Amino acid sequence: MLYAVLCYDSEDVVGAWTKEQDDAVMVSLGEVQERLAAQGRLGPVARLLPTTAATTVRKGREPLVLDGPFAETKEQLLGFYVVDCDSLEQAVETAKDLARASGSAGAFELRPLRYYKAGSAGA
Amino acid sequence: MTDPAWIHAALTGARPQALGALLRYFRDLDTAEEAYQDACLRALKSWPVNGPPRDPAAWLILVGRNAALDGVRRRSRQTALPDETALSDLEDAEAPLAERLDGSQYRDDVLRLMFVCCHPDLPATQQIALALRIVSGLSVKQIARAFLVGEAAMEQRITRAKARVAAAGVPFETPGAVERAERVGAVAATLYLVFNEGYGADPAAAEARGPLCEEAIRLARLLLRLFPAEPEIMGLTALMLIQHARRAARFDADGQTVLLEDQDRTLWDPKLIAEGLALIDKAVRHRRPGPYQLQAAIAATHARAPRFEDTDWAGIERLYAALERLQPSPVVTLNRAAALSKAEGAEPALALVEPLEKALSGYFYFHGVRGALLKQLGRRAEARQAFNRAVALAGTAAEAAHIRAEIDRLGA
Repeated sequence: MLYAVLCYDSEDVVGAWTKEQDDAVMVSLGEVQERLAAQGRLGPVARLLPTTAATTVRKGREPLVLDGPFAETKEQLLGFYVVDCDSLEQAVETAKDLARASGSAGAFELRPLRYYKAGSAGA
Repeated sequence: MTDPAWIHAALTGARPQALGALLRYFRDLDTAEEAYQDACLRALKSWPVNGPPRDPAAWLILVGRNAALDGVRRRSRQTALPDETALSDLEDAEAPLAERLDGSQYRDDVLRLMFVCCHPDLPATQQIALALRIVSGLSVKQIARAFLVGEAAMEQRITRAKARVAAAGVPFETPGAVERAERVGAVAATLYLVFNEGYGADPAAAEARGPLCEEAIRLARLLLRLFPAEPEIMGLTALMLIQHARRAARFDADGQTVLLEDQDRTLWDPKLIAEGLALIDKAVRHRRPGPYQLQAAIAATHARAPRFEDTDWAGIERLYAALERLQPSPVVTLNRAAALSKAEGAEPALALVEPLEKALSGYFYFHGVRGALLKQLGRRAEARQAFNRAVALAGTAAEAAHIRAEIDRLGA
C-alpha cells in the first residue's frame, strides 16, 4: 500500500525561520528520506512554494480562477497531481481540463514546487 | 516542538497579528506593546512546560489583554484574573477569540499596525525604524547597529516617530475600500525602503543590514496573504525576491561590486527566483500593470537569461518604456536608453540620453552611460570627458574603478 504523507505547518512560523534554520530542517529531513530511499520505499517528495504563490481553480460549468490558496473547510484533500507546465497559464488550462472532466464541485489548488524528487517506490 | 528556536519563530510569526489586535483593543501603541511583551514573557515560561498553543497569536492576544487589564485591576485593588497556566488548555478560551479574529478583522488589524509605522506624515528614516521596531520586533540595539547610529539616538528617533503617529490620529474604525488601498500602498512603499536599506549595504555592513532584506520579504509575503489579489503586492514581493536572489553574486572576494553583466549566475538562488517568477505569472493575469510589477518583470527578464549575452534587451526596453509612461522620470529614461543601446545600437540610445543632461548632470550613472555610448560611436574625446565627469561623481571606489578601466580601454 502506498501512503501519501501530507505536511501541514504554520506558514508564519516556517516563514520566520532563518535560512540556517530552514537548511538545518531540510538536512535532517533528508536523512530520513535517504533511509527510506535505500529501502526502496520512497516515492515523490515535494516542497511547495509559499501559499502566496498559489492560484485556485474553482470547478463549475465555467471554472473560476482565484488568487490565493484553497481556503474552504467544507471540502477535504482527496488527491493530487504533479504536472509539468510552461507557465501559470498552462497550469490553469490543465486544471480547467480536469475540472470539466471531474463533474463534481470542489476546487484545484495550483502550487508551484520549490523542491521535487521523483523517487522510485511503486514504479 | 517547544525548543527555543520554535518558540522564537512562533513569537516572531504571531507578532503582527497579536500586536495589531492589542493595538485595536487598547488604541495606544505603548500600552499594546507592553501587553504584548508581557504575553511573550509568559509564553516563554508557559510554552516549554505546557506545550505550544494551537494558535499562538490568539494565545498572545488573550494573555496580553488579560495581563494589561490585570495590571489595571491590581492598581485599583480588585480581584486578579486567573493565571494563564489555568488557561494552558486554551481550547475553550481560544476558539471564540480566534473566530472573531478571523477574516477581515484580523486583516485590518495587521494592516493598521503596519500603516501606523508607514504613516505618510513620517519621514522615510522614521518609517523604516518604526516598522522594524514595531512590526518586526527588532531591538533598538539591532536597528541602531543597522543604521550606524548610537542606541540613544535611535531610541529618540523611534520615540519621536511614535509621538508623530499618535498626533496623526489613525482611525480605528474598519477602513473603507479607498482608505484600505491607500494604506496598502503606503505599507508597500515602506517595505521597499526597508528592503533597499539591506540591499544597498556593502559587504562590510551586510552582517548588520542583510537581515533587513529577509525581513522586508517576510512582511511582503504577509501583506500578500492578507491581500491575495493585489497584483502590485505580487510585483513588489517578486521584485524583492529576484533582487535578493542575486546577493551571493553581487560582491567579489574583496568586497567590490560585481556588475550584473559580470555576475556568476550559478550563484543566484534558484528557489527565490522560482517564487518571484511564479508571482509575476500571477500578477500578469490581472492585466493591471503597475510600477512594482514592471520593475519585477525587468528583474525577471534578467533572471531568465542563462548568460548576460542571452538577455532579451528588446523586452527590457519595452518594459522600461511602459514604466516611463506610468512613472515618468529621467532615471527610467536613462535605463531605457541603456537597454535600447543593447537592442538597437548606440545611436538611437544617445538620442534618448542627450536631452537628460540638464536633469541628470550631477548623476554618476548618466555620465557613465553617455560615455559608453560615445565610445561605441567612436567619439573618443567626448567619451573621455564624460567618463572623467563620472569618476568625479562616483559614490564608491568600485564605481570609480569601473569607469577608470573604461578610460584605460579608450587608449591614448
